Amino acid sequence: MKLKANIATSDNGFIFNPATGDSYTSNSIAAFILALMKAGKTDAEIKLEILQAYDVDQSTLERDWEDWVLQLKDANLLEAK
Amino acid sequence: MTQKLKYERPFIKKMNMGLMNKFGTQSESEAVRDIDGVAVKALVNEFGSPLFVLSERQIRRNYRAAVRAFKTRYPKVQFAWSYKTNYLNAVCSIFHQEGSWAEVVSGFEYRKTLSNGVPGHHIIFNGPQKSTEELLLAIQNNSLIHIDHFDELYALIPLCQEHGSKPRVAIRVNMDTGIYPLWDRFGFNYENGQAWSAITKIINSGTMQLVGLHCHIGTFVLSASAYGVAAAKMSALALQCNAVLTTPIEYLDLGGGFPSTNTLKGAYLPGVDTVPSVDDFAEAITTTLLDAGFKQDELPLLILESGRVLIDDAGYLLGSVIANKRLADGRRAVVADFGVNTLFTSLWYDHKISPAQDVSPHTDTVTLYGPLCMNIDMIRESVNLPALQPGDNLVVHKVGAYNMTQWMQFISLRPAIVLIDEEHRPHLIRKAETLEYMEAPEVLPEYLREAKEAT
Ligand SMILES: Cc1ncc(COP(=O)(O)O)c(C=O)c1O
Repeated sequence: MKLKANIATSDNGFIFNPATGDSYTSNSIAAFILALMKAGKTDAEIKLEILQAYDVDQSTLERDWEDWVLQLKDANLLEAK
Repeated sequence: MTQKLKYERPFIKKMNMGLMNKFGTQSESEAVRDIDGVAVKALVNEFGSPLFVLSERQIRRNYRAAVRAFKTRYPKVQFAWSYKTNYLNAVCSIFHQEGSWAEVVSGFEYRKTLSNGVPGHHIIFNGPQKSTEELLLAIQNNSLIHIDHFDELYALIPLCQEHGSKPRVAIRVNMDTGIYPLWDRFGFNYENGQAWSAITKIINSGTMQLVGLHCHIGTFVLSASAYGVAAAKMSALALQCNAVLTTPIEYLDLGGGFPSTNTLKGAYLPGVDTVPSVDDFAEAITTTLLDAGFKQDELPLLILESGRVLIDDAGYLLGSVIANKRLADGRRAVVADFGVNTLFTSLWYDHKISPAQDVSPHTDTVTLYGPLCMNIDMIRESVNLPALQPGDNLVVHKVGAYNMTQWMQFISLRPAIVLIDEEHRPHLIRKAETLEYMEAPEVLPEYLREAKEAT
């Protein structure tokens, strides 16, 4: 799963899609994930980092991850496979 | 080991540039962790979820403020607690202790007032349906019977003759006060002379004492001036009774109808910013009465039957998140453990809803559903909430009026109700319903029981 190359993100979770002009805010964990995605990490690597940094169990994270992907798709922020 | 960060479901939210406002979206999302000093978590752990919670402190504060608003403007004022608004005995007892009479609209409510120790002559019996036995009971107790229609009037006359007593009665009057809808289905109309005709019939029958006039012009009325109009018409009728029929009217009962600060569905601005205060209503009513032409020593007693304004903001519904969902069109939804069957007033109001635990300042616009397998089960179509986990608690505000009487047993059982006293102690005042409670009135016919036992 990759963010589109032209998507701009900031450390505090601000996202801008220059293609559509849409901007988004995100909570801090979303900003954390976006930064890792920008850095080219794989889904598995990102999840591992979350499990290490955050107080969350694997199954909760898996459940929320699906929803996270849907949100990015809805917002048109993902590179087409 | 280093402390791990508090986890929250990751989410992004589209910014709507054109609609930024200086209040942001945080107004509703601030956490409310306790009610009157008692932790929401502790309440839910001890009494279950969902759970209605009432604040005794707020009930008394509301009552005293309303009494003060009227008594500082008019010499003779009496409140009568509208039982249907919330007839839990604990609640009624608080109002009666504060000095409130009782206003009831059914035999069931009437009997509740008796068991709550209300003296008969402090009970106002309203409503279109009063059975013969109920009327007799009210006559024996010297209660105030408010006649709703001619059929009731004609039924009362022979009843009084048979029993040789002259009950104290009033008529309910409906009228045009400039607000819509006009509640003309209750009582006798003022403008077309029906009210006057009922009054003369009562006096001419010689069987009853006409002591009062009653109106209740609507509920959640947003216009104070409508009460000025009502007070003027009621005064005119009372003065006419005295002048033409030499029957002085002892009291004018202006009913209830003052709004709480809830936000009506579809309203553009929140209720807190828009509804008139009790002082506004008191001013409109009392200045009219004082200028109506009564002699100083003949000013009628002013009775008020306020319901929702005295208790709505003293009630909370605590609940829990069951699930998060994303709808087909991408909108987020939260499913809570309380539905429209429990929170009846969600059909009228956009109730304010707060999370009960620490949350991030980021919110998302979500639809809040109840747990029923019914499409109508929606508590808020669109509400700003932070990311919530299953098991997180929610606080619904201003639910004290009408929910604990109009709630429906449907699919699930009705929850417990707790009263927090003025010393911050919670008291269970209605237990959560049980399967046994629900089935107690049921009767399984013998032949079906045999069939069941045979299998
Ligand atoms: C006769 C009468 N009095 C008082 C009330 C209480 O009204 P509210 O809660 O609007 O003050 C009602 C409720 O509709 C009513 O029917």
